[in-house]
Amino acid sequence: MATKHQKTLARFMVAPSVLLLLGWMIVPLAITLWFSFQSYNLLSPGMERFIGLTNYKYFLSDPAFWQAMANTLMIVGGVLAITVIGGVVLALLLDQPIRGQGIVRILMIAPFFIMPTVSALVWKNMFMNPVNGLFAWLAKAVGAQPIDFLAQYPLMSIILIVAWQWLPFATLILLTALQSLDSEQMEAAEMDGAGAWAKFTHLVLPHLSRAITVVILIETIFLLSVFAEILVTTNGGPGYASTNLTYLVYSQALLQYDVGGASAGGIVAVILANIVAIFLMRMIGKTLE
Amino acid sequence: MARRVSNRRRWFFTILAWGVALAIFFPILWTILTSFKSEADAIASPPKFLFFDWTTENYAEVQERSPYLRHFLNSVIISVGSTLLGLLIAIPSAWSMAFQPGKRTKDLLMWMLSTKMMPAAGVLIPMYLLFRSWGLLDTRLGITVVLMLINLPIIIWMLYTYFREIPSEILEAARMDGASLKNEIVHVLTPMAVPGIASTLLLNVILAWNEAFWTLNLTTSKAAPLTTFIASYSSPEGLFYAKLSAASTMAIAPILILGWFSQKQLVRGLTFGAVK
Repeated sequence: MATKHQKTLARFMVAPSVLLLLGWMIVPLAITLWFSFQSYNLLSPGMERFIGLTNYKYFLSDPAFWQAMANTLMIVGGVLAITVIGGVVLALLLDQPIRGQGIVRILMIAPFFIMPTVSALVWKNMFMNPVNGLFAWLAKAVGAQPIDFLAQYPLMSIILIVAWQWLPFATLILLTALQSLDSEQMEAAEMDGAGAWAKFTHLVLPHLSRAITVVILIETIFLLSVFAEILVTTNGGPGYASTNLTYLVYSQALLQYDVGGASAGGIVAVILANIVAIFLMRMIGKTLE
Repeated sequence: MARRVSNRRRWFFTILAWGVALAIFFPILWTILTSFKSEADAIASPPKFLFFDWTTENYAEVQERSPYLRHFLNSVIISVGSTLLGLLIAIPSAWSMAFQPGKRTKDLLMWMLSTKMMPAAGVLIPMYLLFRSWGLLDTRLGITVVLMLINLPIIIWMLYTYFREIPSEILEAARMDGASLKNEIVHVLTPMAVPGIASTLLLNVILAWNEAFWTLNLTTSKAAPLTTFIASYSSPEGLFYAKLSAASTMAIAPILILGWFSQKQLVRGLTFGAVK
């Protein structure tokens, strides 16, 4: 049907975005790869030289790297667990007959629109601060010792802050999916005497699987590179307790000026993301077709 | 199909849902309330919820401490600018992929989405050094282009899923009637595509407004949007809860309102049409 002329035109229209994305992917990545084989510190300009895999050797044998790797996976896994399970529960709750459902939805979705620096600072100061925070006041009110969340449980605190931002997203998407569930099927199941749990595992959960997959995919993209929440709350500390890969690369490059080492870290982060991506793409490919 | 619901059950779920929703919303509510307190009231123990001397002086002080309006304007320019630029590039691509799909269109779309998965850490250093040598650090132009690039895959995907739903028979009918390509685009396609383009615009402005990796790393003061401005409160001097709250309230209010309007499109847009 399409003429040759139309096909050429179509290619011409797709070209700009393909070229831009290709350039955006390949040029900086190639430079990062090049830097990762160099001894290159911004504090000693003119001393750059090729050192092969030395940067990788240092980076991979640095305990900070393994901790950052573990923290990265903990953040992704922890936030996913909270938001997916919490999202299913909240979606089921919102799907019930409720008065003022519109307002409830509006209140619940709000955290998703809050910029990360704001939510992190509000949680850090007004809630988790061990002296003036609301949690400290609550602890004192019941006679307990206030907890210094960000010093004692830095990674858990960050997971909580990030989960607060993403729980509404998961809830909203799962609720939308839930509302498209065929009510006749549910009624048929009820007539057959299926209990609430049986209905949930045999009807609701399979129906939600596609939406859950999408939630996992999209959240993972964003969660692999959590940054602002760490920067304004703990600066990755104490020690490396709340440093993820993104933050480690940032601090090595822009705080310690070690371009070579940080580049090696960047390449490692890309490889990790690719492994996760291949895994996810398989999953999404299966569910979405 | 209305199921009969007992009144007691209805009230139970209503109270439960309102409780949970208020708990989730509470940090935002608390921030807004605190922004109207004096600094002393902001850290009062026990906390003062509603009965305090309401004041608006924090809002004035935030503007004094740092030109808030400039950062606000930067946020508007950067988020709207990057989205419009992205739309300009994405609309032709999405249009041709939706209406002239080739054998490789699906692969191409998947590849575009996969660029989103590249961690920013992998390209931070070259981008920072290139920006430094090109004099683009802390410029609105530089950060606008970067945000356009990181959101481009999402813009293309969203537009594609909207365009794909425009029935192609209508286009064929227009062609049969002898409409030129220009007429086809202006009179047939555009009116049907506008809603999709509008929700893509809305959502990507929200995403760009809240983007906090590249804005924090590539801007410092002149071109700094609100994300960077708020981050400057992470190393405070003296009492600052009320001022932090005022600055935060102003930073989130516009986007919160936009967000509430975009609720419906949000699900569809961010799941690339997979959940409707």
